[in-house]
Amino acid sequence: MRAWFPYPLLSTALVLMWLLLNQSVALGTLLVGLVLSMVLAWVAVKLRPTRSHLNRLRRIASFGLRVSIDILRSNIAVAGIILGTRGQPVRSGFVSVDFDVEDENALALLACILTATPGTAWLEYDRRKKKLLFHILDLENEIAWRRTLDRYEAALKEIFQ
Amino acid sequence: MSHLTDLPSWAAIPVCMLLLLGAAMTLIGSIGLIRLPSFYDRLHAPTIATSGGTVLICLASMLCFAVLQSRWIFHELLIIFFITVTTPVTLMLLGQAALYRNRLEKPRDVPQTPGRPSKEDSQ
Amino acid sequence: MTELAILWSILLAQVMLSLAMAFALYRIVKGPRAQDRILGLDTLYINAMLMLIAFGIRTANTIYFETGLLIAVIGFVSSIALAKFLMRGEVIE
Repeated sequence: MRAWFPYPLLSTALVLMWLLLNQSVALGTLLVGLVLSMVLAWVAVKLRPTRSHLNRLRRIASFGLRVSIDILRSNIAVAGIILGTRGQPVRSGFVSVDFDVEDENALALLACILTATPGTAWLEYDRRKKKLLFHILDLENEIAWRRTLDRYEAALKEIFQ
Repeated sequence: MSHLTDLPSWAAIPVCMLLLLGAAMTLIGSIGLIRLPSFYDRLHAPTIATSGGTVLICLASMLCFAVLQSRWIFHELLIIFFITVTTPVTLMLLGQAALYRNRLEKPRDVPQTPGRPSKEDSQ
Repeated sequence: MTELAILWSILLAQVMLSLAMAFALYRIVKGPRAQDRILGLDTLYINAMLMLIAFGIRTANTIYFETGLLIAVIGFVSSIALAKFLMRGEVIE
């Protein structure tokens, strides 16, 4: 079973996406989806992604909820900044923080979260110095963003161990 | 316009609100694209269009067709999934490319790689 | 009555989205550097996709949603390719 489906989660997601795209559960569609998911999972084996173990589903759920709330709040704040600044330019700038997470998948997830949040944009991570460089739109909230990153760091360390 | 007449008013009002709000968020994102002064500021603007606008407009569409029960609503789910996963990757890569180019051209304006002098960086 | 309200709000949303597309186009034409133009192109893709979804709500035609999905995927790939090109001068290393 392990040889046929090296990444069961990925294969399931692929089959599900294939069925959603076709919007049918006919036998032919299902078979094509199964074959496709198997072949693509083998391709993924060739790519050799780093495996990481997720634990504590409740922790993941609460982390996702907190990220969604942060993104929503940041949406409103950035919309206010764009519409509100009449004349004076917004104070934006680069921020560098210490960030110590080893797992590559955790770093990728954090990069996506930071970029998806309108107020912040991920730029670079230095693996040797463990420094994270990102850009924020509103320097007034710099301390709040640093605190948010500390919380993310703790949560990611607990989820990816 | 046969299918929209069947929509009851308790569903029509949220659909209108979500649609207008989503379009307004997208418009705000694009206004930010032309109003913000530097590239790194403008990098923040399209994320409003994706995380706010796309989700709201797709929710409006899902609500509309879920109430009407005229077709499956999975396409919107897939669109939301694709957009939320792919746009951060694009913007991240674009930010890194811009940082790389700016370091080559105007090293004063952007922070250097920590621990590496700028001359080595430009070789 | 409700039909009229929905039709008008779809029209208004489409006007707003076309304005947003015009702004993104302005950034493509004006943009001082290449990265600004790519950013504008990416925004233009997303706005066009949202416009197609608005058309889809209006006509209840599934084809619009499939086209929107296609534009989302193709826009992603092209933006990634352009960003990679900016960084290294070649698309595939």
